Amino acid sequence: MVNSIETKQLTLSYGDSIVLKELDVEITEGEITVFIGGNGCGKSTLLRSIARLLKPMSGAVLLEGKEIAKQSTKDIAKKMAILPQSHSVPEGLTVLQLVKQGRFPYQNWLKQWTREDEEEVLQAIRVTGLESLKDRSVDSLSGGQRQRAWIAMTLAQDTSIILLDEPTTYLDLTHQIEILDLLYQLNQTEKRTILMVLHDINLASRYAHSIIAIKNQKVYGKGKPEEVITSDLVKKVFDLDCDIVGDPIFGTPMVIPHGKGRRIK
Amino acid sequence: MILINRRQKWLGLIAGVLLTAAAICMSIVYGYTNTTWSMAIDSFIHFNGSNEHIVLQTVRLPRALIAATVGASLAIAGVIMQTLTKNPLASPDILGINAGAGFAIVLCVTFFGMSDLQHFSVVSIAGAAISAFFVYVISVNGRDGLTPMKITLAGAAMAALFSSLTQGILVTNEAAFEQVLFWLAGSVAGRKMEILTSVLPYITIGIILSILFASKMNILASGEDVAKGLGLKTGRLKMIMGLIVISLAGGSVAIAGPIGFIGIVIPHIARYCIGNDHRWLIPFSGLLGSIVLIAADILSRYILMPREIPVGVMTAIIGTPLFIYIARKGFSGNEKI
Repeated sequence: MVNSIETKQLTLSYGDSIVLKELDVEITEGEITVFIGGNGCGKSTLLRSIARLLKPMSGAVLLEGKEIAKQSTKDIAKKMAILPQSHSVPEGLTVLQLVKQGRFPYQNWLKQWTREDEEEVLQAIRVTGLESLKDRSVDSLSGGQRQRAWIAMTLAQDTSIILLDEPTTYLDLTHQIEILDLLYQLNQTEKRTILMVLHDINLASRYAHSIIAIKNQKVYGKGKPEEVITSDLVKKVFDLDCDIVGDPIFGTPMVIPHGKGRRIK
Repeated sequence: MILINRRQKWLGLIAGVLLTAAAICMSIVYGYTNTTWSMAIDSFIHFNGSNEHIVLQTVRLPRALIAATVGASLAIAGVIMQTLTKNPLASPDILGINAGAGFAIVLCVTFFGMSDLQHFSVVSIAGAAISAFFVYVISVNGRDGLTPMKITLAGAAMAALFSSLTQGILVTNEAAFEQVLFWLAGSVAGRKMEILTSVLPYITIGIILSILFASKMNILASGEDVAKGLGLKTGRLKMIMGLIVISLAGGSVAIAGPIGFIGIVIPHIARYCIGNDHRWLIPFSGLLGSIVLIAADILSRYILMPREIPVGVMTAIIGTPLFIYIARKGFSGNEKI
């Protein structure tokens, strides 16, 4: 097992307030890893820091064994793509134009647009099933289609690692499954390493090979979902009383919150 | 977006070049002194020293070229500011860049007796830079860093501050008032060719850089995080964009004084015509800015003939309704603040 990403004693802060403290996290190559945790626990901050969008207060992020702070940002962009949580497109930008932006790391003053760029873009559009929409403007698409267009852009970047910050937020269940299926398929067929933040523990458990739960500036638990997701962990990390049952179809852990509600059994 | 494919966009651009050329010619030929097209052509080929030829060569020609240059500079500066600040209402006048440049000129004329037009450009650009620097320092502080809203507020504050300071100097110093009045009105009339040539290097560099960095601006327009993720050095690009704005806006103010609305309105009309791709948007906005400012200048000669209205007043009359339209539409649209 190879670690494609590692953090060493990583401490992250917003201004003076420390969000995560001396974190050592390892992300295994070729797997889907999901960060979970309560609101404001710093899971998105950690993802942003790994993607070099946020400078650490101390410590380092290692990409394929080398510190990201010491690599050229364009070289990193050829190995690792990030889809941030909130993104707005300029009005009128078409799907094709957006996906083409994914080729930016491969371009320079002399080398503008090559055949390989064109092929990668078309491939990304094909994989995400956007052929019929490629000339539509992104702002005219539905939420799910728009998210697929953004994922197509990160695919065009042709990186072995893809980071996604809550890629299913604001989508209805159908489109959540559609996006996660797409990512799972990319992991299975193209062996891409996928690292993402998800809110839904049940979906995280189904799709992730590995889960990292964050609480109180630290990693509270990590490992396979079936080993990590326990009612004890959910209580500690989310402060929620629950039972864990097996998903009737997939067998992966499912959280049944206690809470209140209509009881018909 | 009216011009959809490459072919149409090229045609739009070529039409823009032809219209700009036509507007320059009309600006040379039409005005209070009665001149004709053949006279104008004659003045270039066989200059005979007649009153008409002198007007054509020393008054109208510089005036037309200055209007073209200033119109293009302000429009391009506006496009870049709007992308830089993610604010559809941004422009060098709204964000205090023009006011800073104006203040620097008035200050130097009043207290240091500056009268050499060559110095106007340097002082004006320095003033623009100082104002931009303050806007940056004020808005970069605090938790979220440079947000569009903070930049806009800081810019509005700087614009108000520098305009008040300028007025303060002028009210207390009548001699200076006389000296800068011609300049303060925001006009392209009565300027010599030398002042244009003294700023032209800055403006030329600004325009060339804006076209070279256009495709990177496209990436930045998709959001700071997305751009960084794609390996764009956003800090460096923003710095370059800031320098372009300072040289274009500072240069324009040095020549023509504060002319409003071109910088804010033209980029929106251009976007409506040719879309958001900066590689098209920047040259197209430049041409459109030239055409509109030249047209406004020609119009300003005829409304109260024989007297002229400063072109800054004309652009305000044309621009205000459009500004209100954009303000109502801009923030509710797709552009997040």
